[in-house]
Amino acid sequence: MLSLIGILIVVAGFALRLNPLLVVTVAGISTGLVSGRGPVEVVGLFGKAFIESRYVAIVWLVLPVIGMLERAGLKERAHETIGRIQAATAGRVLLAYLAIRQATAAMGLVSLGGHAQMVRPLVAPMAEGAAEHSFGTLDDETRATIRANAAAVDNIGVFFGEDIFIAIGSILLIKGFLEQNGIVVEPAQLARWAIPTAVCAFVVHGVRLMMLDRKLTRTSALARAATSDSSANS
Amino acid sequence: MIKLEFIYVLMGLMLAGVAIINVRDASNPRRYVNAAFWGIYALTFLAGSYLPDVVNGSLVIVMVLVASIGKLGQGFTPTTTHEERVASAKRWGNKLYIPVLLVPLCTLLGSMYLKGVMLNGAPLIEPKQITVIALGISTLIALIVGVLMLRPPVLAPLFESRRLMDSVGWAAVLPQSLAALGAVFAAAGVGQVIARLASDYLPLGTPLAAVAAYGVGMALFTIIMGNAFAAFPVMTAGIGLPLVVNQFGGDVVIVAAVGMLSGFCGTLMTPMAANFNIVPAALLELKDKYAVIKVQIPTGLILLLANITIMYLFAFKRT
Repeated sequence: MLSLIGILIVVAGFALRLNPLLVVTVAGISTGLVSGRGPVEVVGLFGKAFIESRYVAIVWLVLPVIGMLERAGLKERAHETIGRIQAATAGRVLLAYLAIRQATAAMGLVSLGGHAQMVRPLVAPMAEGAAEHSFGTLDDETRATIRANAAAVDNIGVFFGEDIFIAIGSILLIKGFLEQNGIVVEPAQLARWAIPTAVCAFVVHGVRLMMLDRKLTRTSALARAATSDSSANS
Repeated sequence: MIKLEFIYVLMGLMLAGVAIINVRDASNPRRYVNAAFWGIYALTFLAGSYLPDVVNGSLVIVMVLVASIGKLGQGFTPTTTHEERVASAKRWGNKLYIPVLLVPLCTLLGSMYLKGVMLNGAPLIEPKQITVIALGISTLIALIVGVLMLRPPVLAPLFESRRLMDSVGWAAVLPQSLAALGAVFAAAGVGQVIARLASDYLPLGTPLAAVAAYGVGMALFTIIMGNAFAAFPVMTAGIGLPLVVNQFGGDVVIVAAVGMLSGFCGTLMTPMAANFNIVPAALLELKDKYAVIKVQIPTGLILLLANITIMYLFAFKRT
């Protein structure tokens, strides 16, 4: 039971909005200490796992490319491109990306996406551009809403697409785990049962993206009414 | 053979560059804090494989203290104005997309076709890490193409990465710290304790209750661990197999497949899955680091309900 102290620290730390990096480190060290290990061993365990998972940080290598292209006007170009499509709205741009991300992930093409590679340079500027095309200049809050939605679409698309592909990590993990328990299953059977949830994910999140468009229209109408009111009063 | 180590050296050099630019930047009041943070992080990439575990662990702790107590700042990066960017966008047109699209495209091709390539009897690329290595090499290709095409000032890519890394800040390191936390949790047997608590205290007398407990358990445990892969073996061994499959006769394929997807619903709702939820908020320069999670929570909850329904409807043979 004492080993649950780490979870307690994490929950409390996040609830108090302390620096997550500090919270996670303190939780890790405390959990290690209460499990009866010495400080040197715990710090070593923590360091070893940190070093072994360095591969998750490789995505940052894309930043020099993105930064160089941004200074050459990549975001401005994305605005321009999307502005030419009359029917484009923020919600529809994101819906299209959701469809592409889910479909390509289902074919195992998981690397055709990602927040640093696609969302920051292309998807978010295009969604913002579409909204600017409809409503004019956006306030910071609206811009943040659109960006957060762009990031969410990348996650939802890949999570509920990749499991349809038979050679993806999660399917192999399930197969391996069941085998250890004496049950042999085919990856294709497992992948087939990812399809109903994938369809639900597309429908549910698609509807929410259409609702995002309506919300954006409503807030921009309110904002416009407010500015015309204040100008009438002055 | 190209190993992961090669990509780590690239990463270390980039981070060292970021640290050096910071230390020389008088416009950043916290320049030494930033430089120390990125400098130590660079060291874990350049020397991490050769240092003893306890030294690496100590480096990580110092880095965390620097970021949390010292607080990172942001300096001024000489970059282009909005007008210059609009003009440059006009000039280059759709060609600007080429380097961006090269990254995913080369990663994809590399991970598909470089697998079997041999050089002097050894594989050209370490086969186990092929996707990560392909990503690293692809960014290098894209960088070279971009530099040749745009001909920016020599150090511009490095200054731009400094601007972006500083805006991401401590969140850049969070996914690795969480992986380390997961390792400590696993070593301390946290998962087993939770699975025992769940099976001891939850009412699991009917198929629906068992399915709901398994689905919600997967989501909750994923929220705690930040990773459905960590939750799956624990929850499936604790509830999924003994109760849903063995006691109530659920179809093991459907239970396991949809159980994993219930875990993914949890991933959408937790700051512990930092690389999916916190890092993009930092990367997109959102003030609220939880903004992405807030967008995802309704979808996550509805899909969790959908998963439990799917499992309940299809996993049991109707007679």
